[in-house]
Amino acid sequence: MTTPKKDELTGVATTGHEWDGLTELNNPLPRWWLYVLYATIVFGVIYAFFVPPIPGVEGILPTTRQALSERVAEAREGQATFLTGIENSDAAQIRADGELFAFATAGGAASFAENCAPCHGAGGAGAPGYPSLADDVWLWGGTLGDIEATIIHGVRSDDPDTRYSEMLAFGRDGILTGAQIGDVANYVLSLSGKAPDAQAAAAGKEIFAENCTSCHGENGEGMQELGAPALDDAIWLYGGTLADVETQITNPKHGVMPAWGGRLDETTIKMLTVYVSTLGGYEE
Amino acid sequence: MSFKKHERIEKNLTLMAVLVLITVSIGGLVEIVPLYLVKSTIEQVEGIRPYSPLEMRGRDIYIREGCYTCHSQQIRPFRDEVERYGHYSLAAESMFDHPFQWGSKRTGPDLARVGGKYSDDWHVAHLIDPRALVPESIMPPYAFLAERDLQTDDIVARIETNVAVGVPYTEEMVANAMADLLAQANPDADHDGLLTRYPGAAVTLLDGDPSRVTEMDALVAYLQILGRMVDFTNTAVEDLEAAR
Repeated sequence: MTTPKKDELTGVATTGHEWDGLTELNNPLPRWWLYVLYATIVFGVIYAFFVPPIPGVEGILPTTRQALSERVAEAREGQATFLTGIENSDAAQIRADGELFAFATAGGAASFAENCAPCHGAGGAGAPGYPSLADDVWLWGGTLGDIEATIIHGVRSDDPDTRYSEMLAFGRDGILTGAQIGDVANYVLSLSGKAPDAQAAAAGKEIFAENCTSCHGENGEGMQELGAPALDDAIWLYGGTLADVETQITNPKHGVMPAWGGRLDETTIKMLTVYVSTLGGYEE
Repeated sequence: MSFKKHERIEKNLTLMAVLVLITVSIGGLVEIVPLYLVKSTIEQVEGIRPYSPLEMRGRDIYIREGCYTCHSQQIRPFRDEVERYGHYSLAAESMFDHPFQWGSKRTGPDLARVGGKYSDDWHVAHLIDPRALVPESIMPPYAFLAERDLQTDDIVARIETNVAVGVPYTEEMVANAMADLLAQANPDADHDGLLTRYPGAAVTLLDGDPSRVTEMDALVAYLQILGRMVDFTNTAVEDLEAAR
């Protein structure tokens, strides 16, 4: 091995290797670059003791899961006054307490936007088939207790205590003929003064009395125990044209609301109850 | 300098071979050893089961349509995520996914716990026309899924493929694959066998048309089971850490 010589043209040292007269320039990596590389290696070794990359080995720092538990506990701690207040009060008491009411409305709004708005719309505006919560008409009862029970158990959900009812398929199952359905649909619309055919509506009155009043009430005022909508107002879950009403009588749709009992905690459900009660009013 | 030492290695073939072997072995160990530790990273939780035949086909459609390009299926252990989506995802929850659908991009919301959050009707209406229900949505419509019959003739082959990569479908599950698939898509069918083999499977309305099995049925069945297999009301994080 010869001593590395300087290349005459460039003035850079050679590595000392030589192949048939060809030599190799020695341009080492910059010092600063090398030191950064060594520093990252040292950092990596130290960091491995803080957060070990090996499953089941405890490090100096908590795992992300442990850290999460701490963060959540910290946050709950900060909200503790409100959360225990909500826990120990019913929805009516929360509404009566200014601070709790403000907290519950804000918390309820956040949870509503994530969990409820996809069906009931932003601000509870509703959508065809999904009841508006921004009016003061309630399918399954509008007291604070009713609202809370609906949220916990859902409607036609898989919860054993779910709210449940089913309208007969008057057309599909051949209980009424097509003409009878047309008549009774006209009568139903006449209850809110919108029947397109007064004669048919008159003919439908008797059919309504025989088939519909046990759930929808003598005058179509509805029955909240059965979730049977009032038919004497201008609010329609599945549309208020003659064709819509006929379709619903012929082959009824039945909306499903999931039970939120196991999914959201009690406090969140109470906050949702309070929030929903602010949208369009509630029943005392 | 160090070039002298290099020269010694370069001129001694045996020494070089030995040193190359050592270097490659270290790289190999770093890549291979974790595979043997995978088991210890999967939490021992109750309730995880293979997908029912219809759910599995729905998952295939989920992958075919590229849902994962906009929707993740992994709730990370951060407070903002668990407050919004629910309990963070466990490794166990995707252990029968080949491939997993964790995803890396959220143009839409995370779907790891979307099961049971909305009704079947909602999913169908939303897939047909997302903006009818969520006005600000930018999701494309998937109305054609309700028109397309689900390909079912290869269901046994698909299950056997899953078995080959380690998904524990039993012989009974394979034997009843077609029956279970049809039963889940028909709300009036007898669901006892299906629900014994696949607890929690969604059998309610799906696309509302029991006369045929569409791709919409399959996709909704899949979406409705996401994140529902583990009962978190009885599972504490400390137990999970201990069960590793």
